[in-house]
Amino acid sequence: MRSRSASAVAGIAAIALMATACGDDGDGNGGDEGAAEGTLVIWSDPERADAIQSAAAAFAEANGIEVDVQNVSFDDIQGDVVNAHQAGNAPDVFIGAHDWTGNLLRNGTVQPIELPTDRAASLDETALEAMTLEGQLLGVPYTQENIFLMRNTELAPDAPETFEELVEVGTELKDDGEVGEVLAMAVGQEGDPYRMNALMTSAGGYLFGQDAEGDWDPEDLGIGSDATIEAMEKVAEFGEEGEGVLRRSIDLENEASLFFDGEAPFFVAGPWTVGDANASDIDYEISAIPGFEGMDPAAPYIGYQAFFVTEGSANSALAEEFVVNHVTDTDFLLSLYEADPRTPVQTEALEAVSAEDPNIAVMAETGENGVPMPNIPEMGETWEPLGIAQAQIIGGADAREALETAHESVAERIGQ
Amino acid sequence: MTADRPGTPGAPATGAPARRDRPGGPWSGASVGGQVVKILLLGLFTALGAWAILPLYLAGVWWGIALVAAVVALVYWVYFSRRTVPAKYLVPGVLFLMAFQIFPVLYTMSTSLTNMSDGHRGSKEQAIASIEAFSVTRDADSREFVLTVAANGDPETGDLVFLLTDDEGHAFAGTEEGLTDLVGARVDDAGKVTETLGYTVLTPAQVNARSDELQRFAVPTDDGAGIRSSGLSSAFEGSAVRVYDEACDCIEDTETGIVYHADDERGAFYDEDGQRLPQGWQVGVGLDNFARFLFNPTFASSFFGTLVWNIAFAASVTLLVFVVGLAVALTLHVPRMRGKVFYRILVVLPYAMSSLAMYLLWRDMFNADFGLFNRMLGLQVDWLGDVWAARIAVILANVWLGYPYMFLVATGALQAIPRELSQAAHLDGAGPWQAFRHVTLPLLMVAMTPILIATFAFNFNNFNAVWLITRGGPFGSEGTTAGGATDLLITYTYRLAFSEATAQYGYAAALSVMIFLIVSVMSVIGLSRTKALQEVDR
Repeated sequence: MRSRSASAVAGIAAIALMATACGDDGDGNGGDEGAAEGTLVIWSDPERADAIQSAAAAFAEANGIEVDVQNVSFDDIQGDVVNAHQAGNAPDVFIGAHDWTGNLLRNGTVQPIELPTDRAASLDETALEAMTLEGQLLGVPYTQENIFLMRNTELAPDAPETFEELVEVGTELKDDGEVGEVLAMAVGQEGDPYRMNALMTSAGGYLFGQDAEGDWDPEDLGIGSDATIEAMEKVAEFGEEGEGVLRRSIDLENEASLFFDGEAPFFVAGPWTVGDANASDIDYEISAIPGFEGMDPAAPYIGYQAFFVTEGSANSALAEEFVVNHVTDTDFLLSLYEADPRTPVQTEALEAVSAEDPNIAVMAETGENGVPMPNIPEMGETWEPLGIAQAQIIGGADAREALETAHESVAERIGQ
Repeated sequence: MTADRPGTPGAPATGAPARRDRPGGPWSGASVGGQVVKILLLGLFTALGAWAILPLYLAGVWWGIALVAAVVALVYWVYFSRRTVPAKYLVPGVLFLMAFQIFPVLYTMSTSLTNMSDGHRGSKEQAIASIEAFSVTRDADSREFVLTVAANGDPETGDLVFLLTDDEGHAFAGTEEGLTDLVGARVDDAGKVTETLGYTVLTPAQVNARSDELQRFAVPTDDGAGIRSSGLSSAFEGSAVRVYDEACDCIEDTETGIVYHADDERGAFYDEDGQRLPQGWQVGVGLDNFARFLFNPTFASSFFGTLVWNIAFAASVTLLVFVVGLAVALTLHVPRMRGKVFYRILVVLPYAMSSLAMYLLWRDMFNADFGLFNRMLGLQVDWLGDVWAARIAVILANVWLGYPYMFLVATGALQAIPRELSQAAHLDGAGPWQAFRHVTLPLLMVAMTPILIATFAFNFNNFNAVWLITRGGPFGSEGTTAGGATDLLITYTYRLAFSEATAQYGYAAALSVMIFLIVSVMSVIGLSRTKALQEVDR
């Protein structure tokens, strides 16, 4: 009997402990819930989290709430938000790219946004179009980016007008032994269709056709078209079997170091490289990526980044208010710009920062011939097959065979 | 060992009462400290259970609560009963096994029977709600208002009222019944109503607390249109173009007149031409995911090719690390050798470094133009672009990373083999090779065989090794669908299922189940072979 009562004592003690733990738990939970009602949770990449946090301080104060910016690596945000939304613990607001919209729409992850006319008018029209699917605005764009040509002015003082000129200048430098490479443009073993699009479009290739209203048409897939095949044959002239300017051995890992070590006079770079370029001791200038001689201008992809409101957020009123009226606000955008300089899409903010930083104006110019990256869900299925085909062509494979196979594989994936 | 068998509680037999009671009887013989630890641990476990029940209760998952309660009760019974001594040792392991091994396997299996993928994640209700929300459109002449959210009476429970001002400064009050003129309101420069008779203007925090209500709230105007809020300070007039009709289980687009019927087999709304609405829902598809790859001829052939390479990869890496590791161990086992410690540290170094960083480093070393190998050796090998070069590259990198482990194990095993045995063999006239082959190696294999099986199983699913160096490439002209030259089943599955645009969890789960079956079969065969080996040794 002794031992039985001892068991009972132990059991009671354990339950008492549990009760204490429970009490803690309840308090903690209650606290959380109380905070959740007045805390707007924003997911951002670590690079600009602090910028958003401080730029949102005014909003927090005006509405008597708190803003909590949480770090998620940019590449993970889309997948994590979609999963978290399904599990019911998504953030209220998150930043993302405009080409995510197709996937966010079909998963019902975000809430459509209605901008008052004056707010909409203050934003770049193409940016709003890029964020629109099925006639609905999915997020509020705030910044844009596109790739451009960065050159080492010590080696190449003048911006090349054509791609041929670029190759000529670079090859001369290479023959003189001043550099090891003509151009640092990432290709890699799996290709880089994002960068290659500039050259491919210059030579007349296309990925998706556009319908009469300018919407991307997934039915008109251009990968295996004669135009694209000819375009990539043109590009192949500069590949490994041709001039050797474009090579699979140059990839995202070594492209920047080639340029910053002075090993390549030209570099296909993006706004994300400008910080490193300023920190390096290379004298550089930015210009548009040149197209081929006598052909179309190169059209780099333009990417827009936006603030989205999660569907079913417990703070949807505040989240909408933040995205509709605050993200479109010049003061907010300028304070965001100060901490994280990216080209704004809001006209007033763009004018203000262009006056201050000549690079911003130049970067905006380099995107003039650009096209917004298609935002239809089918877009995502093209990257890998197209990239591999492009890498093979640059490595010397037959363009027709590679592209036609890629076309088939994409067509199968998007259900055509 | 009688002490460990369940005895009669509270009635110690002659002999060793203290020992008998120790496992079950709390007071007899056990230290107070042990008791305290036991109570603490049980309390902690119970708290964990309570913590798990709370969200389950909120979500109304009753079977989940019952399961948690049953597990907690089971644990209490096991640790307070004296008849359950073996269970006391087994329960924690079994619980962890269930939670981290068996449950994920079952979950994967159940997922493999659904069409869970992007566009088919949630329930039908969610899909319908999303379709309706995304169909609210504004007419060209739709009105816009500056919005102030108010309530009729109490800020927390009173009916919501939209206080709206238009461009011309007219003020309205919008309720669920409709729009009425608002008189006597005080309006600020921005058009926000700051004060009015009869309604309580809500603070942002108060509005936010009623977000859910606000989402559903619309002030009806003519023709089924409604005024909805957009944030805290703007509202617009719009109408939902697509409406779900339960009677026909369909969605009608009032603008185009197209009717989309629910297809509960495919989990989406389709119109007559087979065009679907983007938002779909998750449905069970039976064995379709399995059929999709088992009966697809291109897939079947590439699956077989990948499987063969996968086995070859795992086998050759295992063999090579074993040979290299053992050779180094034997070399450093020579008694006269000087500076053994120094060499051993050198050899173990690769093992001490982060394998992730090492794989990336190896990838860079294999770069055709800038890599260390081609530059130093003056080669022109397209390491990552040529089929066989890439395969060799992947194996090479893995052997380098894997052999130190084999060396460590072999060194330990060698030291456990008495040197006298080799000396005896030597006296019997055996040469060094014969002595090694017939004396040392068989003894060594007793310790090494399980390790070799583990190494094989590990490399069979060595995702990082391939993904970080070649990402499965190089690919043939068929592209990724056919699989790359260095693709393992796991990287192949990963790419196929999580291709950038569409995460196909159902399909990926089906492939994982296949891999699980293949690895299980190989492990069972491998283990039964080991048993045979041990019996030979005996």
